Amino acid sequence: MLLDIIITGLINGSTYALLAIGFSLIFGVARIVNIAHTAFYMVASYCIYFVTHKLGYHPVLGMLAAVPVVTLLGLITYKLFIDPIREHEAAVLIGTIALAIALQEVMLIIFTGDYLSVPALIGGYFTIFDVKVFYQQLITFVAALIVLGALRLLLMKTRLGLAIRSTAEDREVANLMGMNESRVAMMTVGISIALAGFTGAVIVPLTIVEPFMWMHPLIMMMAVVVLGGLGSIKGSFVAAYILGFAEALVVFLIPMGAFLKGSVALSIMILVLLIRPEGLFGVAFEEER
Amino acid sequence: MDLIRFYFRKLFSIVKNEILVLPSRIVVFLFFVLLLVIPLLTKDPYLLRILILTSIFAIFAASWDLLSGFTGQMNFGHALFFGVGAYSAATLNQQVHIPPWGSIPLGALGAVLAGLIIGIPCLRLKGTYLALTTLAFPIILMGVVFAIPSITGGELGISGLDRLARSRVVNYYIAVLVMMVLCTIMWKITDSHVGIVFHSIREDEVAVRAAGINTTRYKLLAFCLSGFFAGISGGLYAHFMRIAGPSTLEVSMSFQVVIWSIFGGVVTIWGPIGAVFILFPLMEFFRFWPQFRMLMFAFVILLILLYMPEGLLPWIRDKIEHECPRCKIRNVATRKSCRVCAAEME
Repeated sequence: MLLDIIITGLINGSTYALLAIGFSLIFGVARIVNIAHTAFYMVASYCIYFVTHKLGYHPVLGMLAAVPVVTLLGLITYKLFIDPIREHEAAVLIGTIALAIALQEVMLIIFTGDYLSVPALIGGYFTIFDVKVFYQQLITFVAALIVLGALRLLLMKTRLGLAIRSTAEDREVANLMGMNESRVAMMTVGISIALAGFTGAVIVPLTIVEPFMWMHPLIMMMAVVVLGGLGSIKGSFVAAYILGFAEALVVFLIPMGAFLKGSVALSIMILVLLIRPEGLFGVAFEEER
Repeated sequence: MDLIRFYFRKLFSIVKNEILVLPSRIVVFLFFVLLLVIPLLTKDPYLLRILILTSIFAIFAASWDLLSGFTGQMNFGHALFFGVGAYSAATLNQQVHIPPWGSIPLGALGAVLAGLIIGIPCLRLKGTYLALTTLAFPIILMGVVFAIPSITGGELGISGLDRLARSRVVNYYIAVLVMMVLCTIMWKITDSHVGIVFHSIREDEVAVRAAGINTTRYKLLAFCLSGFFAGISGGLYAHFMRIAGPSTLEVSMSFQVVIWSIFGGVVTIWGPIGAVFILFPLMEFFRFWPQFRMLMFAFVILLILLYMPEGLLPWIRDKIEHECPRCKIRNVATRKSCRVCAAEME
């Protein structure tokens, strides 16, 4: 039981961390509340399903293909629909909602609403203290940690990372210092959607693929971002594991827990916000930024 | 006799001098008249059903505008009010056997209570934080609804409520008249002293506080008012559909109202109403291609936003009416001089 909770919590937490950091990046740099973020995660899952079941290749190939495909799709839709209206915050908001609905409907038309699944990369499991641990769960967890580490290196050690961080801090001054703001925004959108695609790729063998699979992660991702503090990568990381473990605890310990998992996690978020309105690691925002 | 003639004259001059001078006012006038005479022209139950639902959702969208458009408190969980209104009306009707004319307002009071409960923690948050936090509330409530099926009916909801009225036409008149009255009230609220405070809270909250106005109280008032109107629409919906189910609390419901309002143009009240009257029947029209319905809906929104990011109806209004540069009164676009101060229009 305890080990089950730990495993589920770690996997959920890593998924939410990957998604939330991508969402945070776009929000920080381009000030876009990207509702369609998890829709790209769904599209990536479908890509892998398509490569493995329709074309008959190995899932790894599907995962390698999914990330660039989704990133390209994300960049094209960003350029076409979101970039021209970036100055109007409200319009961007419903633009991304409409985009998410459009992606969901396209997937619904192509693949129908059936529940689909993708085989694990390495089948089988080993047991610790009488608890089955599937190799796939281990792969997912390790892959998520590696990508999180790589992202941290990118943000902290490279020139691009410096540009992203400084644009997130203050857009106008970054622009004055000679950074091409719109190009940085474009790069960030690309990185962020690639992260969403990657999340879809590593998590897909553990979940069911269906057109509405983006709804629950979307809500949890937003809760993570708010709980950790908007724009704080470290905050998102910590908050993702808090909420991931909270969900796992509720599912395993409370009867009818599957219905209440979202409620309990979100209630934790609201309780924390009552004490710290800017989130766990957030900086209190000034009036205008 | 003279008195009647006097009032008739007065009415005539109001129509001539206040309504016929501006195309937007003519459109609103015709819209009201048309809605009232439609049952005389056709009794098609399907058409009436669409218009009833459209009216109910028009109240819902306008109430979102009252809160999020005017005070700028982005609410992503507006379905909470709708759901609470629907569920409390349904419970009152089923358990206590209160008829619809009592259960709907009482259900709306339940929604006001919900507004107070979520308003108090949310008032400490701003902007995007607020938007993302409010998204959580309907989902929390939905979890609770699923967890206690003995009271809420779980996935099936509470069904078998009393009808609003026996016939479809009477139902139609109830929904349309309630919509007209409530929307006029909302429009009047936004035009009043309170509405001006709402406006200024959106523009610059610190300045309003510096002017000695208790902004917290006004924001809470906005939450309550908006909750009340959304609760009434939820109650109407429950009694018209004769079921209050978990679909009233879904995320898509919250998103839908945001889409309607922003599409129609926020901070207007009439914008969201017009948008619902355009988009909801449009969705029914797309029924001919059921598979592509939502996809086409999404594309219509994306395309219109590309060209009119301020919303559809304000864009149209700016095309047919211009503001006088001197006295700031609106005129038909074809006029060369202002109708009030006779200044040159450029």
